[in-house]
Amino acid sequence: MRVEVEQPKCVASGQCVLAAPDVFDQDDEGIVEMLTDRPGADRYEDVKEAAALCPAAAIRLVSE
Amino acid sequence: MTSGPPRRVVVVGASAAGLAATETLRRDGYDGALTLVGSEKHLPYDRPPLSKQVLTGQWPVERTALRGPADLDALDVVLRLGVPAAALSAAGRTLTLADGAELAYDGLVVCTGVRPRRLAPSGTAGLHVLRDLEDAVVLRDRLAAGRRLVVVGGGFLGTEVSAAARALGAAVTLVEPSAVLLADALGHQVGAHLAQVHREQGVDLRTATAVAGITAEEGRVTGVRLADGTVLPADDVVTAIGSLPNTEWLRGSGLGVADGVECDEYSAAAPGVYAAGDVARWLNPLFGTRMRIEHRTNAAEQGMAAARNLLHPQESRPFAPIPYFWSDQYDVKIQAYGMLRGSSQAQVVEGDPTDGRFLVAYRSGETLTGVLAIGIPPRTLRRWRTAVADRTAWQDALTMA
Repeated sequence: MRVEVEQPKCVASGQCVLAAPDVFDQDDEGIVEMLTDRPGADRYEDVKEAAALCPAAAIRLVSE
Repeated sequence: MTSGPPRRVVVVGASAAGLAATETLRRDGYDGALTLVGSEKHLPYDRPPLSKQVLTGQWPVERTALRGPADLDALDVVLRLGVPAAALSAAGRTLTLADGAELAYDGLVVCTGVRPRRLAPSGTAGLHVLRDLEDAVVLRDRLAAGRRLVVVGGGFLGTEVSAAARALGAAVTLVEPSAVLLADALGHQVGAHLAQVHREQGVDLRTATAVAGITAEEGRVTGVRLADGTVLPADDVVTAIGSLPNTEWLRGSGLGVADGVECDEYSAAAPGVYAAGDVARWLNPLFGTRMRIEHRTNAAEQGMAAARNLLHPQESRPFAPIPYFWSDQYDVKIQAYGMLRGSSQAQVVEGDPTDGRFLVAYRSGETLTGVLAIGIPPRTLRRWRTAVADRTAWQDALTMA
């Protein structure tokens, strides 16, 4: 599974970082940054949680 | 009445909270019948951009969609859009819609949100509220350089609308009854800072000013009449004076309703019935207080929590979030965690309001209960969030900076 983020949609809420701090980070403006776009399977649940919590729907999970 | 897992779940309200509940049910393995009811005809869309990117025209309205049709198809959910809920029998586990349809359920999530309070009935041209997509589009199309806008109410919505209208070149007058903008919500010092920001951006800010009514001619707004008799001429008026939870349809339902659907700490309102988002008033065990929160992030968090507790009642978990909100005005980003309203003290603990970058800590009794940041990197804010979550003593919080 691959994670995609749309940085222009990000509203810097940081909910993703709280849900999956090893996958997402924020820059100085708060905009989401990916630490990895291919997290391990053990991280899928937290990444799905991050996508669900994102108030801007800026995170997508893509099966491949 | 029902034992075992639910087989028929209905989510009422197709905005952020309802969508989060619906997605969480499927994600957590619910494979029974699922219906999502929405009073608006649109697929779920996001509201925060309405007073920001949509109003300024930066975003086409399509961009507010929270999910595409394919995402919703994948949820295997029956969508009943454009039809409000009309009545509920919690004892009979039946929901009635405005078109007369009756939906039997064994699990229900109520996410019917809020509607704007109004100063005057709608129907006068140029008199606006801002809650849904149509409101935003109508207002966007009327704001432009040279247009005169009066905004009634200096809360978050009123200040965001003022900022967006200034960006479009409109002449903006903002009328607020209290002495300092946003002081109830954010404290005196932060309110005064934001008032200054708006003045510097050219907003004619009238605080401690009561509104007596709207003036109109031939069905068209002409201005706002103040309590002292002054009339502020206007081409358009936006009232942003708070909102009312949509609970009238629950009269006689058996659910407790008092400024929102009354819920316990699990977001449960009755057996098999949960509420989430703007409409839910629940007991937040983290603060030991009943609260109703109209923040976008709470809608998603509570929608998820309600869905999980509905699906796994034997493993129910209290919903104990740290409230979070943000607001964008001009190039100022405001972010806050925790409970700010009703604090006994607010103190600047990092930075300096005079250079526009600072962090304010809020206390209730001897405990740190909230933080607010303007112009501070969110990374810095995160450790303060942790401190709020940990119920840090005020004296210890003061040494954190």
